[in-house]
Amino acid sequence: MIQFNHVSKRYPNGYEALSHVSFELPTGEMGFLTGRSGAGKSTLLRLIALIERNSQGQIVVGGQNLNRLRRRRIPYYRRGIGFIFQDHRLLLDRTVFDNVALPLVIAGHRHQEIGRRVRAALDQVGLLSKERRYPVTLSGGEQQRVGIARAVVNRPPVLLGDEPTGNLDPELSRDIMELFQRFNQVGVTVLIATHDLGLIRTMTHRILTLSEGRLVGGGEWAPA
Amino acid sequence: MSGNTKRRARTERRGLRQMVDGWLIRHVQVLFYSMGQLSRRPLGTLMTASVIGIALALPSGLYVLLENFRALSRGWDGTAEISLFLGSDVDDASAEQLARAIQEMPQVARTRWVSRVDALAEFREASGLGNALEALEANPLPHVIIVHPQRDHSGPEDIRRLVAELGARAGVDIAQFDLQWVKRLFGIMAIVQRGVLVLAAFLSLAVLLIVGNTIRLAIQNRRAEIEIAKLFGATNAFIRRPFLYTGLGYGLLGGMIAMLVVGSSLELLKGPVGHLAELYYSDFVLKGLGGEATLVLVGAGAALGLTGSWIAVGRHLGAIEPR
Repeated sequence: MIQFNHVSKRYPNGYEALSHVSFELPTGEMGFLTGRSGAGKSTLLRLIALIERNSQGQIVVGGQNLNRLRRRRIPYYRRGIGFIFQDHRLLLDRTVFDNVALPLVIAGHRHQEIGRRVRAALDQVGLLSKERRYPVTLSGGEQQRVGIARAVVNRPPVLLGDEPTGNLDPELSRDIMELFQRFNQVGVTVLIATHDLGLIRTMTHRILTLSEGRLVGGGEWAPA
Repeated sequence: MSGNTKRRARTERRGLRQMVDGWLIRHVQVLFYSMGQLSRRPLGTLMTASVIGIALALPSGLYVLLENFRALSRGWDGTAEISLFLGSDVDDASAEQLARAIQEMPQVARTRWVSRVDALAEFREASGLGNALEALEANPLPHVIIVHPQRDHSGPEDIRRLVAELGARAGVDIAQFDLQWVKRLFGIMAIVQRGVLVLAAFLSLAVLLIVGNTIRLAIQNRRAEIEIAKLFGATNAFIRRPFLYTGLGYGLLGGMIAMLVVGSSLELLKGPVGHLAELYYSDFVLKGLGGEATLVLVGAGAALGLTGSWIAVGRHLGAIEPR
């Protein structure tokens, strides 16, 4: 589902955030992306989300070569990806329901359809009773679960998480990771950046390790 | 047509219908959302709309006054006079007789005869050249007959024919139709009208800037929301839409406020104007904007609001990309 082939990202000031990264995450798999701060985890996710463009190599997501994706098509491409952020990035002036509904409104679904799907997503993260609440009245773990509901409500084939448990205590972190596993079990490809090594070692998923922009572990797939 | 093609045609039609429906639904959703946003901050919205309203009311109010003045002056064409300067050899008796004869003409409402003696006295009084005139041996002024044409003979062609006819009469030296002051009046009104246009252009520009700036601030305030929406696949059109509707809303509200301002100002002027008209024995009544001009005013407000937000959105939205 996600293929990196000798991908490099060099900034105009000469700093190379990623160099010659190659790996493949097949459809329906779940992988963790680890490494120290500044190792390039966020950059890698940003390249997949097309927030930034890679300077070298080739990225293929869901059969789509991102180098050849035109600017105008980017919004439609992004609808196939769900994002979860460390700071959840919920809209504070909108209710839980409205936050989760955003991707559906963007995609232009009908009112009834939106209500049905939002409640289904909130049910999956266990927050159905709090749809009328505002994000600030929720706990950190609950806020992150709203973020996850928003990411999955459009049923994207790919989920990306950038340190989704970074602000949570170990117990809540485990809950959140188990939630991701549950989505993975129904066929969603999941890639999560984290430095919570203790937690992910207890789970049996691929671990991609980045160090100073290079992939130093987990990238079995290496084309000639 | 085979069943297969028919079916395909039907699905295509349904697809198009769904697309149109979806497009409509999205626009209606955004319209309600934008109006909701405006009504959530009634004071701020009202203040912005009032600034727009006052800016629009100024040229519209002047326009209404100008139209009223024009209606008032339309009757003045008819009061134009024709001056007949008689030859120096015409004596008082035949001059008076000529005046009476002209009075009998069907195209003429009335005449006034000014004898050369009266004319000199009048001139002496008005010009202040009394002493200089004393030095003259003879009165240089001719007799003058002032002719007021009938109201239904006051068209330009009628007047021209009348002037020619009067000029051909024995004893008449020069027949002059004195339209100068009417022409001057219309000249002044043309200047005022041009002034109103210039003012309207500048104030329209001001409205564009007001709306543009308001929308710019709204975009900045909702930066986080725009970034998130872009990350979840919002197109530029989707993000633009609520801001355009907001601009349209400001413009519409501004237009309606302008309408109220002009209407109530005229209502305040109506009393004194009526009183003045009464003093002139006129049945003149101050006219309002009228239905068509009101539509134009509100429409112009809406168009300016939409244009202002379009410019602001074009300039500022592209700069916001997700982090």
